[in-house]
Amino acid sequence: MQAGIESRNCAIVIEAAVVAYREDVALRGVSLAVPRGEWLGILGPNGAGKTTLLTVVNGLGRLLRGRACVLGCDVSRGCPAALRRRIGYVPQGLRIDPRMPISVRDVVRLGACGRVGLLRRPRPADERLVDSWIERVGLGALAGRPIGHLSGGEQQRAALARALVQEPEILLLDEPTTGLDRASREEILELIRSAHRERGMTTLMVTHAHRRAAALCDRVVLMKEGRLWAEGPAAALLREEVLDRLYDAEGDGG
Amino acid sequence: MDLSLWGYEFMRNAVLAGAFGGAACAAVGVLVVTMQLSFLGVAIAHAAFAGALCATILGASPFLGSLGFSLAAVAAVGPLADRGEFGPDTPIGIVFSLTLGLAFLFMGLLPGPRAEALDLLWGSILTVSRAEVALLAGMALAVALLVILFFKEIQAVIFHRELARAVGMPAQAIHYGLLIAVGLVITVSLPSIGGLLVFTLVLNPAAAAYQLTYSLKRMFLLAAVFGVASTWAGLLGSSLLRLPSGATIVLVSTAIFIAAAAFSPKRRVKKR
Repeated sequence: MQAGIESRNCAIVIEAAVVAYREDVALRGVSLAVPRGEWLGILGPNGAGKTTLLTVVNGLGRLLRGRACVLGCDVSRGCPAALRRRIGYVPQGLRIDPRMPISVRDVVRLGACGRVGLLRRPRPADERLVDSWIERVGLGALAGRPIGHLSGGEQQRAALARALVQEPEILLLDEPTTGLDRASREEILELIRSAHRERGMTTLMVTHAHRRAAALCDRVVLMKEGRLWAEGPAAALLREEVLDRLYDAEGDGG
Repeated sequence: MDLSLWGYEFMRNAVLAGAFGGAACAAVGVLVVTMQLSFLGVAIAHAAFAGALCATILGASPFLGSLGFSLAAVAAVGPLADRGEFGPDTPIGIVFSLTLGLAFLFMGLLPGPRAEALDLLWGSILTVSRAEVALLAGMALAVALLVILFFKEIQAVIFHRELARAVGMPAQAIHYGLLIAVGLVITVSLPSIGGLLVFTLVLNPAAAAYQLTYSLKRMFLLAAVFGVASTWAGLLGSSLLRLPSGATIVLVSTAIFIAAAAFSPKRRVKKR
């Protein structure tokens, strides 16, 4: 790694990352350093590699070439379970079978399960944390309902609560406001902002088209065709002419 | 109507074998049904059957043959399904057709009257020995412990394996551990319950329980109750009406499934 790239102030350092799914190259040599406590927005058209970039951080995606260092650990060849426990992940809209025999509370409690470990039950403190996040995301009345019965937006809230119950040092959010109406979107963004501040987390948030969401970030990176296309403060990059070029005729117009 | 059979030890053994085998098969059935790998039970049952025949031809222990073949089936299906080139149903279908072909091949190669092979296929629940009942009891206890001790891991893997991995659980190991448990239960049940009946007991009680509850705990309990009820009602029905016991158990478990589906609160749930 380059000098200074493993800086103690950086939660995430990725260098020349290449990720491919068979013949499709998703990341084409992406380098990125994210200081601890930063809220980074990741924007770009479909297929730009935004989700793949998140999965490099939590080890669900494997690097073909390049290096990645997360919270001081080299994750280039995979991310150990102990490190994954410190990284919360809200994936983009999961398809959940409406008949799934698992409640909202069970799903949120899942966030504590990695920390609790095998052959142990969650402690009362874990249960209180589960209850408090269920309340904070506004699902108190639905806690006992089957997870598959919730609307897409409500499931998204449950996913956020699950990730926050993990008490992560890094929070990875993949389109967390997709499927939400305007009021819910604002509410969830506010919740993410307060959690980010309270816990001093490093937050990476992929957002497809919500400029409002990206404007809350400390810094924004724009991705296109598997590469970092631009990076800088939100105010400088979220201008009409920049975004028009990002989502140009070659892109999907997203 | 002749209830005097209940006084005989073979019938008491059959009742106990049905209870332990029915409950254990139904509990692993909950795993395959909720992980949407229902046909895996069928494929493993055929693999275990083919393995027992192969071992018989070679003069080895049929149990070890069953064990080897069913674990090989799990080992083949898991990674093929995980590589994402096919949905899980395609590798399961391939393994199923292969094991079916091997079973026919070994049946053809088997010397003598093949009564042993037919016993494995239909099961011989009415001739189960005390030792076999003890083995089935041990298996049922092991399955109960597995479900109780690893309940939160089972729940996580059923919900979403990738997410379970993301929160720092050893999701792959748990997933394969559960598939191996399914293979072991089917292998141990095969000699007494039979290749055809075993997957009925894996699938039907769990599928019936799935219709009736949104709680995984209750689903395990209901499936176990339905598994035991199927075998007991089947044994009773076969003894009263002088019908083959295996076939009667299959019919009773199917009737329980139909009743559960008819009264299911999930019938009104639209697929999103």
